[in-house]
Amino acid sequence: MVRKLTVPGRYDRLEEICAFVAEAATAAGLDDVESNRCQLAVDEACTNVIEHGYDGEDKGPIEVICDARLGELTIVIQDFAARFDPTSIPGPKLGATVEEMAIGGLGLYFMRQVMDAVEFSYENGGNRLTLVKRKTG
Amino acid sequence: MDISTEELKSVSVMGVSGRVDSATAPDLENALKKLVETEKTQIVLDLKNVEYMSSAGLRAMVSTLKAVKRVNGDLRLASPSPRVEEVLRLAGLTSIFSIFASRDEAVASF
Repeated sequence: MVRKLTVPGRYDRLEEICAFVAEAATAAGLDDVESNRCQLAVDEACTNVIEHGYDGEDKGPIEVICDARLGELTIVIQDFAARFDPTSIPGPKLGATVEEMAIGGLGLYFMRQVMDAVEFSYENGGNRLTLVKRKTG
Repeated sequence: MDISTEELKSVSVMGVSGRVDSATAPDLENALKKLVETEKTQIVLDLKNVEYMSSAGLRAMVSTLKAVKRVNGDLRLASPSPRVEEVLRLAGLTSIFSIFASRDEAVASF
């Protein structure tokens, strides 16, 4: 089942986006932990779109499309911002001491940690991020 | 997100509830900054009622930890839910923060 949500790029819409993803995760038969991971990945992705893609709030919309099949959830996040190059983002520096830590880039790092697939492309005049989560066990 | 603060001896205990995401993390960071600015640098952040946290919340916590460590203070965490603990673990923060099972234990640790 495919569902689509379009919201303005604002941080106060993240909660609504997470609730939308949680519903789709339930429809796909994912458990709470898997659902939480999907919500985290989508939150981080949408935050990056607003902060880096649009360079601020209310600069453009975000489309979230969820395709829930039994045991697998595919989430597509479409923006209309300038092309994003994921290789340009340095990973977080998770050092041994707090002074050494630099946790910029944590969003992309989280997405790759918690999802089974993370793919970026440039389509329809914007960036298209595809995230996939499969049920384990 | 809601924030409440109380003073227990020399320790400031900040209780947070609800969602800590990019919409609300700036409020958390500002509340923590205000404590540090008034030289309250022994802080317990009670996460018991935090239902969700993204990297934005972690950034607020790490920047505060850096600030208080410079003046020999500490920011210690109490009772994170499994969901919040997973985010802390993913970011490698479980070895950076002192984490306690309860607010009382965190306060007593100072």
